[in-house]
Amino acid sequence: MTAVPVGESTVAKIRRPASRVLWHLMVVLILIVLLYPVVWLVGTSFKPAEEVLTNIGVLPTHPTGANYGSVLQGVAGYSLWTYVGNSLIVSVGAVLGNILTCSLAAYAFARLRFRGRSVLFGFMIATIMLPLHVVLIPQYIIFQKLGLVNTFLPIILPKFLATDAFFVFLMVQFIRGLPRELDEAATIDGCGPVRIFRYVVMPLLRPALITTAIFTFIWTWNDFFTQLIYLNDPSKYTLPLALRIFVDQTSQSAFGPMFAMSVLSLVPIGVFFLAFQRYLVEGVATSGLKG
Amino acid sequence: MSTQTVAQPSVESRSPAPPAPKSRRTERSAYLFLAPWLVGALVLTIGPMLASLFLSFTDYDLFTSPHWVGLANYRQMFTADQSFRSSAAVTGKFVLLSVPLKLALALAVALLLNRPRRGQGIYRSLFYAPSLLGASVAVALVWRVLFSDKGTVDRLLSAVGIHTGGWISNPDYALLTLVALAVWQFGAPMVIFLAGLKQIPRDLYDAAAVDGAGRIRTFWSVTVPMLTPVLFFNLVLESIHAFQSFTSAFIVSGGRGGPSDSTLFYTLYLYQRGFADFRMGYAAAMAWVLLVVIAVLTALIFRSSRSWVHYAGDDQ
Repeated sequence: MTAVPVGESTVAKIRRPASRVLWHLMVVLILIVLLYPVVWLVGTSFKPAEEVLTNIGVLPTHPTGANYGSVLQGVAGYSLWTYVGNSLIVSVGAVLGNILTCSLAAYAFARLRFRGRSVLFGFMIATIMLPLHVVLIPQYIIFQKLGLVNTFLPIILPKFLATDAFFVFLMVQFIRGLPRELDEAATIDGCGPVRIFRYVVMPLLRPALITTAIFTFIWTWNDFFTQLIYLNDPSKYTLPLALRIFVDQTSQSAFGPMFAMSVLSLVPIGVFFLAFQRYLVEGVATSGLKG
Repeated sequence: MSTQTVAQPSVESRSPAPPAPKSRRTERSAYLFLAPWLVGALVLTIGPMLASLFLSFTDYDLFTSPHWVGLANYRQMFTADQSFRSSAAVTGKFVLLSVPLKLALALAVALLLNRPRRGQGIYRSLFYAPSLLGASVAVALVWRVLFSDKGTVDRLLSAVGIHTGGWISNPDYALLTLVALAVWQFGAPMVIFLAGLKQIPRDLYDAAAVDGAGRIRTFWSVTVPMLTPVLFFNLVLESIHAFQSFTSAFIVSGGRGGPSDSTLFYTLYLYQRGFADFRMGYAAAMAWVLLVVIAVLTALIFRSSRSWVHYAGDDQ
């Protein structure tokens, strides 16, 4: 990466280290401004209430764990773990649904011939750009009539029907890149589409499945709108909904626990980021996934 | 209920002409693979789309049956509803400010990072991090406090003699905090720009150098044209995304869209109408207006792209 091309003039070589240091300096400076809100959030979660607005620095003058202690004792009458558990249920459910059904649909679109394929494929692509709001109200009515409002099903069930068209598209692109010879060899060996999917495509699809899993998890974990609409009993609240309770509490004493809980709600995303940052960034770079 | 009856015409129900046995078998298993998606497309997409079009001509409160009112919802929207007008204006302003700023910053930082330097990969990941966090309620809460009276922004500006007070409680500035939060997440388009920059063939730059082009000339004549497909992609994606922003406005304004409707995003007003006032018909009409606006704008961007997006191999 840093190899200096041969044949450069000595002047350039001497000038280089300085400009390189300047470049690093600039990048780091921008990053400090950019990441200040996140670092400030973490630092502030350890500040006593009266310090939240008086100390704009990231380090607390009088560090305290009291905010976390108070959050661990429960928020709005329920244990923190209730909210964490609910968030996990919807996020893991969404991941399973997307992995299973998006890959099924993608395989059909990418490899199998059937009547109406191009029309259906065009429709699938169009739904990527479809604003959620135009289907929201009838979907709500359906789930309401089925008595499923205030359960996790309205959030998880659509994922088991491959409604996240973006991931179908991502996998279609990926499968199209796999050599067809593999399918053909398996066909000669007597495999039908089902076994080709199971034993040839699925194992090779792993990178796309991992990308799908990571993004589905993070997006569902962060999602607020759908959860706000479908979950209105505090025992069903997910972390974003529980955090929202703090919005209505305007007293400064609520700031500490609010930020402690905010930090806790971002921990899984931080872990995913550290573990999979390459995957995440490459996923965005190659497929244009939105973050 | 209307949605179920609407969801009838299915591709599967078409009577199949007799093809060769083998391809009929593939055809059958293709629909088997496609079954979950097909059910989802019919029951959760096409059905609801038509149903909400129908509901948009009715008065419906979820508990009594829909009552046909013709164009009354649309008429009220465009002639009588002041909040509708301000919510459309707020979202319009938000899209017009946040999308260009976000893309400009994304491009600028991508150009800065696009150098063979040590640590480039880590920097790229760190710039991307806000895109993962920005949609969360947690970060919106941080924004609320950072831009509040005596918050970090107020204190820093006061230190240099600019007294703005709390941005989130000021109707002139509140929307700007939401723009800032959107622009803060420039990492995702930046990563896409970076990938695009790496695709530009080296020899184009070599040729430009041989022709004696300077840095600025090279930028405008090589980098920019070669990057237009990526710019186009980012522009479409970010615009569609910006129109649907919701969480930040909801959290920063406490769900009300204030002060004085200055952060009343279109989607927030739609939510209030549908899920607080239970005027489902009106909310459905608003959703269809949103769909039409997004579709028309996307079509316009696509049309205009013919004159400014350069695809390699199009010409010499």
